[in-house]
Amino acid sequence: MLDLVAITALGGSEPQVDTVGGITCSEVPGVALASVAARMGQETKASKALAKLISAPAPGIGQHAGDTVTAFWAGPDQWMIEAPFDTHEELADQVKSALGDTASVTEQTDGWTRFDLNGDQIPAVLELLSMLDLRNIDAGSVARCSIHHVGCFVLCRSDEAFSIYGPRSSAGSLHHAIVTAMRSAL
Amino acid sequence: MTQNNRLSGGQIDRNTTVNFRFDNRNYTAHPGDTLASALLANDVRLIGRSFKYHRPRGLLTAGSEEPNGIVELRSGNRQEPNTRATTTEMFDGLEAQSQNRWPSLKFDALGVNDLFSNFLSAGFYYKTFMWPTAFWEKVYEPIIRRAAGLGSLSMEADPDEYDKGFRHCDLLIIGAGPSGLMAALTAGRAGADVILADEDFRFGGRLNSETFSVGDQSANDWAAQAVAELSSMPNVRLMARTTVIGAFDHGIYGAVERTGDHVATLPAGKPRQILWRIYTKKALLCAGSTERPIAFENNDRPGIMMASALRTYANRFAATASQRVAIFTNNDDGHRTAADLHAKGVHICAVIDVRKDAPVNYDYEVLSGAQVVNTKGRLGLTFVEVALPDGSTRTLECGALGVSGGWNPNVHLTCHQRGRPVWNDDLAAFVPGSNLPVGLSVAGAANGLMSTYGALQSGAEGAAAALELKDVRPDLPEAEDTPIAQKPFWYVEGCKRAWLDQQNDVTVKDVKLSYQEGFRSVEHLKRYTTLGMATDQGKTSNISALAIMAEVAGKTIPETGTTIFRPPYTPVPISTFAGRMKGQEFHPTRLTPSHYWAKERGAVFVEVGNWLRAQWFPLPGETHWRESVDREVRQTRASVGVCDCTTLGKIDVQGADAADFLNRVYANGFAKLAVRKTRYGLMLREDGMVMDDGTAARLAEDHFVVTTTTANAVNVYRHMEFVRQCLFPDMDVQLISTTESWAQYAVAGPNSRKLLQKIVDPEFDISNDAFPFMGCGNITVCGGLRARLFRISFSGELAFEIAVPSRYGDALMRRLMADGEDFDVVPYGTEALGVMRIEKGHAAGNELNGTTTALNLGLGKMVSKKKDSIGSTLSEREALVEPDVLRLVGIKPVSPEEKVTAGGHLMNTAGPVDAAHDQGYVTSAAYSPILNSNIGLGLLKDGANRMGEKMRLVSPLTDLTVEVEIVSAHFVDPEGERLRA
Amino acid sequence: MIINHPLLGPRDSSEFTYLGDATLINRPDWQAEDAAEAFYEYGYVRDNPAGKHQELWFHEAGDRSWLVVTRDTTTHEISKVELARDVARARGRSK
Repeated sequence: MLDLVAITALGGSEPQVDTVGGITCSEVPGVALASVAARMGQETKASKALAKLISAPAPGIGQHAGDTVTAFWAGPDQWMIEAPFDTHEELADQVKSALGDTASVTEQTDGWTRFDLNGDQIPAVLELLSMLDLRNIDAGSVARCSIHHVGCFVLCRSDEAFSIYGPRSSAGSLHHAIVTAMRSAL
Repeated sequence: MTQNNRLSGGQIDRNTTVNFRFDNRNYTAHPGDTLASALLANDVRLIGRSFKYHRPRGLLTAGSEEPNGIVELRSGNRQEPNTRATTTEMFDGLEAQSQNRWPSLKFDALGVNDLFSNFLSAGFYYKTFMWPTAFWEKVYEPIIRRAAGLGSLSMEADPDEYDKGFRHCDLLIIGAGPSGLMAALTAGRAGADVILADEDFRFGGRLNSETFSVGDQSANDWAAQAVAELSSMPNVRLMARTTVIGAFDHGIYGAVERTGDHVATLPAGKPRQILWRIYTKKALLCAGSTERPIAFENNDRPGIMMASALRTYANRFAATASQRVAIFTNNDDGHRTAADLHAKGVHICAVIDVRKDAPVNYDYEVLSGAQVVNTKGRLGLTFVEVALPDGSTRTLECGALGVSGGWNPNVHLTCHQRGRPVWNDDLAAFVPGSNLPVGLSVAGAANGLMSTYGALQSGAEGAAAALELKDVRPDLPEAEDTPIAQKPFWYVEGCKRAWLDQQNDVTVKDVKLSYQEGFRSVEHLKRYTTLGMATDQGKTSNISALAIMAEVAGKTIPETGTTIFRPPYTPVPISTFAGRMKGQEFHPTRLTPSHYWAKERGAVFVEVGNWLRAQWFPLPGETHWRESVDREVRQTRASVGVCDCTTLGKIDVQGADAADFLNRVYANGFAKLAVRKTRYGLMLREDGMVMDDGTAARLAEDHFVVTTTTANAVNVYRHMEFVRQCLFPDMDVQLISTTESWAQYAVAGPNSRKLLQKIVDPEFDISNDAFPFMGCGNITVCGGLRARLFRISFSGELAFEIAVPSRYGDALMRRLMADGEDFDVVPYGTEALGVMRIEKGHAAGNELNGTTTALNLGLGKMVSKKKDSIGSTLSEREALVEPDVLRLVGIKPVSPEEKVTAGGHLMNTAGPVDAAHDQGYVTSAAYSPILNSNIGLGLLKDGANRMGEKMRLVSPLTDLTVEVEIVSAHFVDPEGERLRA
Repeated sequence: MIINHPLLGPRDSSEFTYLGDATLINRPDWQAEDAAEAFYEYGYVRDNPAGKHQELWFHEAGDRSWLVVTRDTTTHEISKVELARDVARARGRSK
């Protein structure tokens, strides 16, 4: 029985939640991640196996797809797989067995910290944070960008729900940038 | 004070009265005023003192081109110098101070400079303060800094927030005058994504300043209606109080939005200003034009203003500089000002028109063919002296003089990518040239279309052309469409002190003098006289100076050339460029998984790139860092120490060709590395110099984990992607960084295995036989947590590195400390880490300094000649393999207490101390608590063959000479027995 | 500047890291007789054109693709953007 206690990227035992105006920013530690990169010449097989895993076609450039286990595009023939941490703590092993020799799989769960923004007017916050053309971003979009000089993924789940993934070690700076922008914009 | 000079009408809210202070006196104004209009309404003409001569100055303009009316705003740590009163929006509680005067604005001691003006002419800095050289820093500069200057800084940190942001649009329209509004209506109605930005707080541009009609409405009503329609369009974003400051490559524009300058108190968290980067497909410059002055004797007295500014103050702000006004003009537009002011009940003393055929008027006197030859009034205009065509002189008593010399299109942004404006003879002005920033076009007065109808029409056409809208025929309202003919009249003949650049105090005479002294290029003229180099960038003076220079040179203006403009269009506070990136948030900070624990332990942190790493962990009673570091080293070498090494870069390398790939990027071989083994790897640059070092652990046939140094993690990853994508594109290899995923700790010292055995789950055997030196593998710890264990050592001790998922890193560190109590475990920081690696003779960042080869570092044999790897070919260049090349050595002072200084150079015991006799240098130095001696690592010519030699370590800059002995770099455990224990 | 990424569309150049001349793709054969000379040329000798220049940019804050960007050094006009991997293959590089 594991007897170590995890902390969140912001250093707390519980995830941090901040609300400004109509938007809530929540730290989300309950997510497992694994990266997938198709092996040379195995691209088609890999994306088929991936589709089976997420019960949806493997997402194309700038897209994410799936339900419980979801995938988003991270680069040419590369994806990041997301799943609930509680049920998928060993996601990398699960993905590896699903994809076999068609892809390289790497555990990324604690490489990233996730902040979810929920509420209206999220674009007003994001336009202070990133240079993304938000006109091109809608439900199902994902884009890599730089926020406060921190490399992030921004996922749009709906007009009123976005997820931002940033490197775990920079969680404090990223959180500060997001909350400052919320106060500025809202 | 009452508002004596308040007129009727205007676009101000008379139902609300606000209070403001200028130079510690109270005044009233109305919302809709600027500080400038409010001061005029309150009969304040004297606003400041000039830069060089401290001449009394008032307002010249009503816009952002203002050179004179600059003040300090606010007080305390919010004090902001050099702010233009003409663009400062009025609010209740506004505070402003005049600047560059002492002790008071009306009596300024340095006004004496004005009497010595003959000595302060063009180039006076260069001529006067030439010698003695030593005087420059100590005497001249401080005096000049105090005497000549603009506002003062609070010397306190600005407490306000500033922000940055990014917007995107199909069409950015810069300026919301008639052309900009019409362009926005055209584009907005067609459904395009439009941003309309204007520096003013009220959209409309000149339409707000004029009395004529547009369609069947007054000009400003038409503007208000257009704004109302635009506000209702979801695809149009209106950005008032927003100055587009620069046009950059590929349709990117910089803009400053003053979101909080017009309110007394900013709500918490709200920014004062936002710096926007606007990405555009197309942009349309509708920046209008700026009226230009005529230079004449003493043309800088408070009350002498641009005629169009008088008109703006009267029509838009219902304020006048005086109840008695004269106009001096060379064109019909000056007469329009006279008519408008007259209609508001201001007495027009006369219109002085240089043209012999000036239009006649029966309401007031028009002096045709006349010129203003001098003015009087110490702190404000009282009299104007006019030369009449018959040679006689007439004196007019007036408190304000409106000057109109014609209009210059605002071409500034068209120059930001080195576009040169071209001279237009009909307008006698520069208009945008053909070499515009890509995607930018120009409409309205900025493009030389000076009538209102011309502006409306070209705005509509400009938008349609930019968006390639077909068959768009916007319904243009009827409007004034007077043809414009400008005959230039730059200055009044015979004047001595006629001001061109009022902010930097440059006169007509200075321009002529500079030409006589040989400054023939416009750029030289600017630098010699400082014309156009003040905060207004010469918006009202550059063209006139150029014209005068052309005249003196006997050339045409186009032959003489023109200057071009640089960003920013108007000054931008440094805080605005900084935005949120200030203080602790100047750059993002990276924290290690044990950060919070280390903080609790009172660790001292050091910045390593963006990382914060524990440098040492002081205990109560320790007063010097050396005490802590020595203790950490001793305890680690005696028993066991733990150090957070998460910051080392970790790259996952997978694929069928992974081993082959590592063979290419590392100088040494990896193909034969067994699974569950780790190997030290040396990475070269293609030029043969060492790029980085680290380890690669083979977790499976097709799976390695590579580590890099903390500093090079990003570069190495980029380099490996370059090798993968650009050099060997068909290799089956996949790379991804996993630095952040794993909390990794070095557990070092003779008891490290015993400590780890307490946490490693029992099914994993980590005894020396089962898990030998350089072994690695996946294990579990603390009851099933997945972990990776590497038996590698940087300290020279028996050591391991253990990695667990980052979220458990804090808990694992606490567990290691608790379980290690039996062994007197010690956490150690980067200093102790450094001491131990120097004791062991490991090369690190100081030695991998970009100029060292593997051979220099004593690692020459690692460069395999049997395979192709980056850098191997060029590492064999003759000069890099000569017998006496620098080699890594250990350095020990003959007296152990003597200091070894990194950066110090090694010289033979006898002979000169100079570069020609240099034998090498010290790269790293430390005190070794194990050897009880200072020690160092260094690079010494032919060092491998000089063991035992005595040398001088010198640092001439710090007067240091120490006798040292050259020894092996491996001070501790040279045979490596501890590692393998 | 804006770089029109072949996969991701227009992206701000601040997301990229610049390396230099795209001839860096043409790494010489280490076993050739003139390898030393060829590597010297490869490493140190560059054209410095006033005009069109093929150069390598890395989409560091993006999808980690290396790109070959054809840029006019006098105007910054970018006339072509390709995935470096495709360019390398077209130039005959493989394993």
